[in-house]
Amino acid sequence: MTATPTPIRSHVPPAFVNYQLDAAYDEMFASVGVPREHYRALQQTLQGLASEELRKIQQAADLTFLHEGITFTVYGNKEGTERIFPNDLLPRIIPASEWARVEKGLTQRLTALNLFLRDIYHEGRILSEGVVPRELIYSCKHFRREMRGLNVPRDIYVNICGTDLVRLPDGTFAVLEDNLRVPSGVSYMLANRKVLKRVFPTLFRDYGVWPIDHYPQALLATLRGLAPENCSYRNDPTIVLLTPGVSNSAYFEHTFLAQQMGIELVEGRDLLVHDNLVYMRTTAGLRRVDVIYRRVDDDFLDPLCFRTDSILGVPGLFNSYRAGNVTLSNAIGTGVADDKAVYAYVPQIIKYYLNEEPILPNVPTFLMHDDTHRQHALDNLEKMVVKAVGESGGYGMLIGPQSTAKQREEFRARLLADPRNYIAQPTLSLSCAPCLIDGQVESRHIDLRPYILMGEKVTLVPGGLTRVALRPGSLVVNSSQGGGSKDTWVLREGDRPGGPHIA
Amino acid sequence: MRPPRNFYVKTFQREAGMLSRVAENLYWMSRYLERAEHTARLLDVELQLWLDQSPDVGAGRWRFLVDALQVSGVQGRLDPLHLAETLVFSRSNASSIVSCVSAARENLRHVREQCSSEMWEQLNKLYLQVIERRPEEGWILNSHELFRAVQEGAHLFQGITDATMSHGEGWQFIQLGRSVERTDTLAALMDTHFKRAAQPADQPVDSAEYLSWVGLLRGCAAFEAYCKVHTAEIRPLRVAEFLLLNPELPHSVRFSVDRMNAALHVIGDLTERREKMGARIAGRLRAKLSFSQIEEIMEAGVAAYLEEIRSECAEIHAAIHQTYFDYAIEAELAY
Repeated sequence: MTATPTPIRSHVPPAFVNYQLDAAYDEMFASVGVPREHYRALQQTLQGLASEELRKIQQAADLTFLHEGITFTVYGNKEGTERIFPNDLLPRIIPASEWARVEKGLTQRLTALNLFLRDIYHEGRILSEGVVPRELIYSCKHFRREMRGLNVPRDIYVNICGTDLVRLPDGTFAVLEDNLRVPSGVSYMLANRKVLKRVFPTLFRDYGVWPIDHYPQALLATLRGLAPENCSYRNDPTIVLLTPGVSNSAYFEHTFLAQQMGIELVEGRDLLVHDNLVYMRTTAGLRRVDVIYRRVDDDFLDPLCFRTDSILGVPGLFNSYRAGNVTLSNAIGTGVADDKAVYAYVPQIIKYYLNEEPILPNVPTFLMHDDTHRQHALDNLEKMVVKAVGESGGYGMLIGPQSTAKQREEFRARLLADPRNYIAQPTLSLSCAPCLIDGQVESRHIDLRPYILMGEKVTLVPGGLTRVALRPGSLVVNSSQGGGSKDTWVLREGDRPGGPHIA
Repeated sequence: MRPPRNFYVKTFQREAGMLSRVAENLYWMSRYLERAEHTARLLDVELQLWLDQSPDVGAGRWRFLVDALQVSGVQGRLDPLHLAETLVFSRSNASSIVSCVSAARENLRHVREQCSSEMWEQLNKLYLQVIERRPEEGWILNSHELFRAVQEGAHLFQGITDATMSHGEGWQFIQLGRSVERTDTLAALMDTHFKRAAQPADQPVDSAEYLSWVGLLRGCAAFEAYCKVHTAEIRPLRVAEFLLLNPELPHSVRFSVDRMNAALHVIGDLTERREKMGARIAGRLRAKLSFSQIEEIMEAGVAAYLEEIRSECAEIHAAIHQTYFDYAIEAELAY
């Protein structure tokens, strides 16, 4: 963040005139004007295109997104505004070797987190042995006492996970956040790919990119594998996707996934529970439901059990779940493991259950209930990122270097009033990648959210959603805060694109 | 070539029925789009007539439009410009073109995964096109293009629907919505027209009346079809018969009721419902239209006949609602 930006002038085509390198790891350039091996073919392609042409391609792509209605909803005003999810056309490229490590690391991490969830909702060994402080778990607002002693299918609590990865300045991937509740974004990953294949067909083929289009089938297979023992047809369970409804920010994704999987998209009012069985209301009468892929938060699932004012849920659903008559995926109460304070303990959790070293490191995290940690954070607030532990989507966050003195004072007060609710991390300079901004290639900060499915087996589609902070210099990639996304290409083998078309 | 080994093994059949909420959304989407198309057509026709007529006759025509489109809350002297704005742009008038297209899109947006992406794209495009328009100075004289766009957009949507969506239950609910709406709007339009005209006679109309009868035919997209059958000589009795009882004209009452009936039958079979209230009423209505003679209808009064059709249409709607969308759970569980 501190180094003076160095404009690249020589050795680069006009499109790259404004491209700047700073202290952050750059995905494309190893140093000024020297692209990494796996980005060379992309650079060659861009060299062949005029700025005007690039602008046209981008406009055509934007129109596709608008017409297909690939949108999200921004909260904060009364009606909820629909916006296109901004897409950047330049792919982010990840060599096979790097991906292999990410894949192993994520599988390891999610395996351990599932063991952890099973443990804290049953015997609580890890708490008795003091590896993770008991009070940390029990004070977590996403801990669900109702889940104590309840067995979930295959003992897997998190079936669908989207983990946020960032690169440290030396290029190592590290985990920034686990999203174990209802991670979203996977539809944008698929939509980006569809558009990119249309825009750069030759480049795409020559690069040898792993396909990702099988994600919906993989998700369906995962959900099928979770059908309860006593379900109506063991081989053909009725699976539904439960959405909060059309005003939810990820509604496009819900419809998209339901359509791609060929399952019903239901709202709470479509379901009802009778005699501990879940039914949906159809034109032919009531039909039994076996597996619910729910995109509704724990709090709103069942007004009889959780928030009584919820109209998004289904009264009686939890009892049916408890009785084993229906499977919810992800399970209830998984949020305790992606609490940002519990996050700090994940390396210990991996060691405890698997007796392995974590393959993907954490980002250094200061816990506010620890006196020395807190003091350090308060003394360096202008260099820190402060996050509320139970929030997501970029809400409830302070970014030190970009904050005003007033905002810092406000967070200082909040921190001292409720230390358990906050953590602080040194401001990370997320890695940078080339993005197409108004016909020019400029550098923007990005992260990576791969999606992991865990059921009968573990499935990772190669790549994931690369999110982009579209405002120059910004570090916030969340769609609700002016972020966009780009396609992610994981190469099949070697670090270099093969194929006959590239010398 | 021999079929693969497990070719004859029975595959799992999809269970009967679709989500009630989804069926309802498709049904209403279709009704709203039909209403938008109908309003656009009537306005288009009126606009042409308006240009041909003297201002005081024109004012009477606007009152006719208000009644034919069943716009509520418009009283007293009518300001044509203001009225046209109400019928096209007003968000507070639920039947304005903008409101209807928005409502159709909103209904489809709630069930996007149920329709083909082409359908959604088309309706979304139409929506973007319609909301882009503003009532600028003199817009009414240049609005032909907008009215055309709405009609064409709706036709295109129907074509895309037929070509890209499975003709299953959801598709049937779309057909059902359209035919219920069409029956009702046609009956309302004819009712308004015949109430104003003298008892339809088997005589050619005089030139003063000619335009309004052509307007009625055009409002039902039936002028050319009428000419093919009866030549351009307009006789009110023939017009009445043509629009009420012709089995081939897509915008005749009988045609719409036939379609409604067909959709209700298929839906009844697909959902394996015992209770088919809607189908029963629609069947009765269909029989009435199939075996009516225009002379009989005239004897009893065409207004009363249309009144009956409209009230049965409302009954059919209520029956559809109770049977498929909002039934009592207790009754279902008792089976």
